[in-house]
Amino acid sequence: MPIKILMPALSPTMEEGNLAKWLIKEGETISAGDVIAEIETDKATMEVEAVDEGTMGKILVAEGTEGVKVNEVIALLLEDGEDASALEGAASGVGGDGGGPQTAPAETPAAAVAPAAEAPTPAAPAAPVAASGERIFASPLARRLAAQNALDLKALTGSGPHGRIVKRDIDKAVSEGTGKAVAAPAAEAPKPAAAAPAPAMPTGPSSDQVLKLFEEGSYELVPHDGMRKTIARRLQESKQTIPHFYVTVDCELDALLALRAQLNAAAPTSKDGKPAYKLSVNDMVIKAMALALRDVPEANVSWTDEAMVKHKHADVGVAVSIPGGLITPIVRSAEMKPLSVVSNEMKDMGTRAKERKLKPEEYQGGTTAVSNMGMMGVKDFAAVVNPPHATILAVGAGEKRPVVKDDALAIATVMSVTLSTDHRAVDGALGAELLAAFKGYIENPMSMLV
Amino acid sequence: MSATSYDVIIIGSGPGGYVTAIRAAQLGLKTAIVEREHLGGICLNWGCIPTKALLRSAEMLDHANHAKSYGLTLEGKMTADVKDVVARSRGVSARLNGGVAFLMKKNKIDVIWGEAKLTKPGEITVGKSSKPVVEPQNPVPKGVKGEGTYTAKHIIVATGARPRALPGIEPDGKLIWTYFEAMKPDVMPKSLVVMGSGAIGIEFASFYRSMGAEVTVVEVMPQVMPVEDAEISALARKQLEKRGLKILTEAKVTKVEKGADSITAHVETKDGKVQTITADRLISAVGVQGNIEGLGLEALNVKTDRGCIVIDGYGKTNVPGLYAIGDVAGPPMLAHKAEHEGVVCIEKIAGLPNVHAMDKGKIPGCTYCNPQVASVGLTEAKAKEAGRDIRVGRYSFGANGKAIALGEDQGMIKTIFDKKTGELLGAHMVGAEVTELIQGFVVAMNLETTEEELMHTIFPHPTLSEMMKESVLDAYGRVLNA
Repeated sequence: MPIKILMPALSPTMEEGNLAKWLIKEGETISAGDVIAEIETDKATMEVEAVDEGTMGKILVAEGTEGVKVNEVIALLLEDGEDASALEGAASGVGGDGGGPQTAPAETPAAAVAPAAEAPTPAAPAAPVAASGERIFASPLARRLAAQNALDLKALTGSGPHGRIVKRDIDKAVSEGTGKAVAAPAAEAPKPAAAAPAPAMPTGPSSDQVLKLFEEGSYELVPHDGMRKTIARRLQESKQTIPHFYVTVDCELDALLALRAQLNAAAPTSKDGKPAYKLSVNDMVIKAMALALRDVPEANVSWTDEAMVKHKHADVGVAVSIPGGLITPIVRSAEMKPLSVVSNEMKDMGTRAKERKLKPEEYQGGTTAVSNMGMMGVKDFAAVVNPPHATILAVGAGEKRPVVKDDALAIATVMSVTLSTDHRAVDGALGAELLAAFKGYIENPMSMLV
Repeated sequence: MSATSYDVIIIGSGPGGYVTAIRAAQLGLKTAIVEREHLGGICLNWGCIPTKALLRSAEMLDHANHAKSYGLTLEGKMTADVKDVVARSRGVSARLNGGVAFLMKKNKIDVIWGEAKLTKPGEITVGKSSKPVVEPQNPVPKGVKGEGTYTAKHIIVATGARPRALPGIEPDGKLIWTYFEAMKPDVMPKSLVVMGSGAIGIEFASFYRSMGAEVTVVEVMPQVMPVEDAEISALARKQLEKRGLKILTEAKVTKVEKGADSITAHVETKDGKVQTITADRLISAVGVQGNIEGLGLEALNVKTDRGCIVIDGYGKTNVPGLYAIGDVAGPPMLAHKAEHEGVVCIEKIAGLPNVHAMDKGKIPGCTYCNPQVASVGLTEAKAKEAGRDIRVGRYSFGANGKAIALGEDQGMIKTIFDKKTGELLGAHMVGAEVTELIQGFVVAMNLETTEEELMHTIFPHPTLSEMMKESVLDAYGRVLNA
């Protein structure tokens, strides 16, 4: 009997994925441990290793197929001595319990035991604006070809160094008919109708209703990719099911900036002259948020209908905008980690997030989140809570503002932050208490070091 | 009997093999390299490098012979001492050969001395070399591993190529030479027939002409350096003929009669006429062929095609765990192609992200005859053949200040753009130092610049490189100094 190779679950909650690429052709022999395929979920691309050895008999699910259900038979492996005739009849059906999955993700996310209220894939809220105004890396030739073919570079994924879009990406998009530029209004159109009353998934205006409002030929349609769909679904869910409540405070940053400069200047350097760490303001915000949650543990919670999930550690998700969307890698137990560790973990995960190389356990779960748009000059904004979190902190720009000190006008570097809470789990006063703790750490940053 | 086991074994230490080994070591793989004769392979010992040393001697001699046009008087006569010219060339090779040994040691790469044979997937045996040694051979490096069985998860064949022989005109090492003998003459031949005008043939023709020999080049194709752009080739031919080379194109050597210390070549031209040319020696430079024999490829059913191992874009053969790179994996048979192919192969093996197959359209080629020729990308003819609507720019050395100051006012730089997209499709050059200029266009092509970025680039004055920009400007009707 040929061995059935099943669509693997790359995370405990994965239900389906895209079969991005086969790395083995029919007739090629494989041994256990060989990478045979690449599977793409809505957030990451992962390699699949063979568990058994044999000859690839038949590929049943072609590469590029979307929405392949977990445990579906995707290929048949011939064992030693079997020939192709053994394939007949073996192809049908889902793997079920019989054979068990014959593939394993290249890096088994053993640690990814989902927290109680784990949802499929958290998408951080609040920053879908990131795509616009951000520099897109593309070769001059690719830019010109994109313009000539009416392609939107933002809709393309670059295969060049550091994700640079190059000619072959354009050629691919042209031959596959993807990446067509969309007229700006059309992109904004499919907002859910504000008055939609249905509890579960109310529908906004239909595609036809939206498109009817625009002259034909004045726009082009870009099909949603997995990430876009996830963002849309989860944020809509959040805003419809979570009663949001917002608290804003201003924090003076001068002491923090001074300490940061001092710490960075004191960073030991390695042999090649690189400093061991380089703290950003955001790293310190992450740390402050984690410590605040430690101090106000009632706010470090997740809501379930039956019980309050009180977390023992502050796992802080950090919204990272990447081409085509955003993702929220998580700094686990951030309250216990020195700033340098928080900083280096963020740097590493931020880089891999942009390459879409994060493992599910690196972005699933978390007990709170931070979304920082300060670097884009945003003064203040309110983020959408990302369940299972009960809170999310939206961080504005640090800017010099007039403040009153000792009844006199003075200048201070001030940063406004807005905490969104899930009011079911974190009441207003509790949110205020959490923010006060946060502000305490930001304005007395030395306390973060002890 | 336990075999020493590696992550990767590379067979052959030419430029492809040894560079791949270093990259493998950098990636943390336990690496060994097998060599039967000389670290650095043909390139470094009997090819690219020692010929450059010979050609440098030729260039010095040429300059001396034209000293007067620079206002210099040479008392007495400049003459070449063949022994010293060859000795210098061998010394250059020996120095680099030692350099490769050092690099292997520095990167903790085991060198296994001997001839490798694939016994089964993932295993080789290394025995005595079956190839007669070409003298002078450098001493076997210290600390090498010897004959025995070795295993590896990945085996990369990088065995290179050797001179191709035409039936009936097989090199004998005495009267009919390959590059091996042409590289180390005992006495300077007074006359030579060079069969084949590719890079190897034309470089030796150029060298021996500078050394004073009467040289006749016989080429079957309609132009010398057949892979080059026709216009560039024609210009090069004119210069070579001006230097006294005789060139017969669309002609082939049908028969060679050997005398006591001379050969007589029967050369048939397009019109069917046969002429005989008597010369001291004949150099056979009709291409190279992959070293696929004796490796045990047949037993493993490794797919080959026209003397080369068939690979995918990442060096993979049809046999899992077996890879091939460089000359043995197919044309173009160039050292820098082998190096890049090897790096792509090993990075793919190591599982690095974003590894892309080599784009064979962006491999530059350089020929070091006088005048030099260099190119990258499509020739004008090939671009048209591919159905591209093109713009062509040209700029002559005669209009460039630096070229005139150097006394090198013959040559041309030609650029070919796609008319619609501005893609740089090809660049072709003939003239002094162009082998050092071409890389500017290779970088431009690799970064996918269009004519616009090239026009916005500042080229230093006064340099030969200014001609590159002028050529681009010319393609768009904006040439400045012409």
